[in-house]
Amino acid sequence: MRHGAGPRLRRGLTALAVLSVAYLVVVAFVSNSYYQLILTLVPVWALFGVSWNILSGYGGQLSFGHASFFGIGAYTVTLAVVYWSLSPWLGIPLGMIFGGLAAIAIGTPTFRLRGHYFALSMLAYPLAILYVLQYLGFQEVSMPMHRQNPVAFMEFSQPRVYTLIAVCLLAGGVVVSLIIENSRFGLALLAIRQNELAAEAAGINARQWKMRSLIVSGMMAALAGGFYARVLLVVTPDSVFGMLVSAQAVVVTLFGGVASVWGPVIGAAILVPLAETLQAELGTYLPGIQGVVYGVAIIAVMLLSPDGLFWTVRDRWFPQKSPDPIPDLVSLSPPVRRASAHVGAPLLKVENLSRAFGGLKAVSEVSFSVAEGEILGVIGPNGAGKTTLFNVLNGVLSADEGSAQLDGQHMLGRKTFEVCRMGVGRTFQVVRSFPRLAVLDNVIVGAYGAGFSDRAAIDSAVRALHQVGLQDTSGVAAGQLTNKQLRLMELARALAGTPRLLLLDETLAGLGREECDDVLGVLARLREQGMTICIIEHTMHAMMRLADRFVVLDHGRVLATGLPRAVVEDHSVIEAYLGRKWAARQGA
Amino acid sequence: MDLEILIENVLNAVTAGITIGCIYGLMCIGLGLIFGIMRIVNFAQGELLMLGMFASFYLVTGGRALSFLGPYWGPFVGAICAGPLLFAGGALLHKFLISRVSGLRTAGSLDEGHFCQLIVTLGISLVLQNGGQIVFGSTPVAVRTPLSAEAYLIGPLYGAATVFLNKAKLVAFFVAILVAIVLYLTLEYTRLGKALRAAADNPTAATYMGIDVDRAYRIAFGLGSGITAIAGGLMATYISFGPFVGFDFVIIMYSGVVLGGMGSILGAFWGGLTVGFVQQFSALILPPQLQNAAIFVVFLVIVLLRPQGLFGRSAERA
Repeated sequence: MRHGAGPRLRRGLTALAVLSVAYLVVVAFVSNSYYQLILTLVPVWALFGVSWNILSGYGGQLSFGHASFFGIGAYTVTLAVVYWSLSPWLGIPLGMIFGGLAAIAIGTPTFRLRGHYFALSMLAYPLAILYVLQYLGFQEVSMPMHRQNPVAFMEFSQPRVYTLIAVCLLAGGVVVSLIIENSRFGLALLAIRQNELAAEAAGINARQWKMRSLIVSGMMAALAGGFYARVLLVVTPDSVFGMLVSAQAVVVTLFGGVASVWGPVIGAAILVPLAETLQAELGTYLPGIQGVVYGVAIIAVMLLSPDGLFWTVRDRWFPQKSPDPIPDLVSLSPPVRRASAHVGAPLLKVENLSRAFGGLKAVSEVSFSVAEGEILGVIGPNGAGKTTLFNVLNGVLSADEGSAQLDGQHMLGRKTFEVCRMGVGRTFQVVRSFPRLAVLDNVIVGAYGAGFSDRAAIDSAVRALHQVGLQDTSGVAAGQLTNKQLRLMELARALAGTPRLLLLDETLAGLGREECDDVLGVLARLREQGMTICIIEHTMHAMMRLADRFVVLDHGRVLATGLPRAVVEDHSVIEAYLGRKWAARQGA
Repeated sequence: MDLEILIENVLNAVTAGITIGCIYGLMCIGLGLIFGIMRIVNFAQGELLMLGMFASFYLVTGGRALSFLGPYWGPFVGAICAGPLLFAGGALLHKFLISRVSGLRTAGSLDEGHFCQLIVTLGISLVLQNGGQIVFGSTPVAVRTPLSAEAYLIGPLYGAATVFLNKAKLVAFFVAILVAIVLYLTLEYTRLGKALRAAADNPTAATYMGIDVDRAYRIAFGLGSGITAIAGGLMATYISFGPFVGFDFVIIMYSGVVLGGMGSILGAFWGGLTVGFVQQFSALILPPQLQNAAIFVVFLVIVLLRPQGLFGRSAERA
């Protein structure tokens, strides 16, 4: 569980229990069968919204096509009754299995896509299924009744029983969602949504977490769909695979509050009765007016509260209490140590590394090595290929040729998160943070990425915060930090995974003189603790103080390597930095 | 004999694919401006198409404002006139609703405001569909022109194989190409076009360069609405339609834009053409219910194999 998850879970479960009981009390007093149906549909659509929220809310993988899973659940349950006389009690779990399998089948190709492409491809699946079902002749399938054994077939003469079941299913969904939200699963998804590359570089296997969230989400959507079919007794391709079904999940969640478990519940509780009542009250007088009112209502709410009702209400009336204090250094468990080579032995060995973009050789036959405990400065003019070198080393880009070994293990050809798990921490030229997460959570992502247990991850993150001096800002959202704090936080995130090698890309960029000195102090302390560092930097005077050795790149090639003093006096280096004329005048 | 029929069918599918495809292409350019360039997920694009159809209908058949032009010219002039009307409508929509959830206001925020845009445009779509039902009624209508019942015959080419060219579709095809060319030249060679592209590429930087980004977006949104409306007006000469017709085409539009590669106007046109072709050719081998499924399957296959679209360039930076 995440830091501070215990109290959050307790509060969530209490709220869930109170709400469920209150809802069932209301149900007990309603006797109009039409309103009873509405009361049953509210939890069903809320559950569908909760399922969508897991993939799209937490993980940010916008899906326009969640009807795929809803429809698969609905059709599985219905066809199982029709052809096999299989009770919905078994048909619904079967539908969930199919929903999970469909998630794997759909996710495997589709997660190669990102952003809009992913969202629109998801839209195509349910529509393709819809037309195929129409072609196969399943335009309208109704569920036969089994009067001789009603309860075994989920048939009840008392409609309130359906509402009760629906509330129980929703409660189950909310519990699953709460657990996800408060575990490393949820933190990984939030991190992926806010900055996928940073999450990968911190050791998070983004693809795997996305797939898991789609499977959970697909199963839950199939559950909602299966029960929906049982309640309505009739399925048509349009009513369960149609675009409006997918839209329903999106609308209730975004209206209520995205990325919160309560969002879809609030959204469904307001919108489902609103739509149904408008339909019943106004639809008969003036067909279409209900759609207009509904449309205006959701537009108005989104303009007033763009993140959804939940967040607006919470921010306005329930300001968050100060976050749980972090444990102090003394109480931490001993740090996880990685096996290390002897000081002085080469830790990173790069040979003949090349990478071209079209005709441009960004990195060309680069070779160098970094000894354990050493700080290597990578310098060179703009466009020399420094960042590309780092991108190739940590798996963001593939290499055209050459090799790179970390303590004898090959690094190239691995994914970014795998390189991170080998013990390579990385920071970026432009800071990549998770702006909505607290500093501590940002750093914990790095510790989770290294595969630590919950307890060890928190300890490691706290230790990393102390190392960079950010322990007092641990509860602040990363979006509110200064540039220096962001740089340090990114450094702490890399440190939290207890790396053997740090790749720092212009950590000092954009900092003032004093800020620069502070960060240099932190780096110097890391060196004392035996950390091995490769750092890209432009500021010469800072590098002269920090680095043990320089590698100079120009036009993708290694121009010079050696001790700082020797390198800065090297004629070709001066030429690359300051131009041939200047160099000639100096020489004369 | 069988070969003759086959050849006739294929030739007719080719000509229908080209004519309908180019009209789809124009329709996709409209969405390409809004979705491909401004990156706004607009679910109401189908309703803009529908409004274009009705605008043309009321100008030509219903209100008879253009009836002096006669049944041959009238419908196509009406389609063109739908453009400026919906340009104004789109610009207003952008000014009062869309601009609040897109552009500079959301640049750099989490998800770039997409979630919010989704709901707002979905709401607009609901209002327009259902409002259309109240205003226009739900009986399908059509813009009547005698051209839609006439065809040029080419051939017989091989045995008795003959190509039928529906005159209404043919004229619509020429108008579509003309509009597309004019728009392309405007975007490519004028200051306005440059401002639009700059604002789309990086709104913040464009602001610093003195471009009124809000205005550029409003014009782009208006253009996107107007272009799609013209395509709608052209289609109205050969199909019948009601207030819910937009739904049938919104998916086709998104498929076309994504196939062509986001951010490319030419790409959107080719994408729309491709979708038209797939639709017409699938009619040769598939039962009618599966023709739309074929579009989605082709769409998925192309996107999965070539995520940057058929004509787009991959542009991902680390």
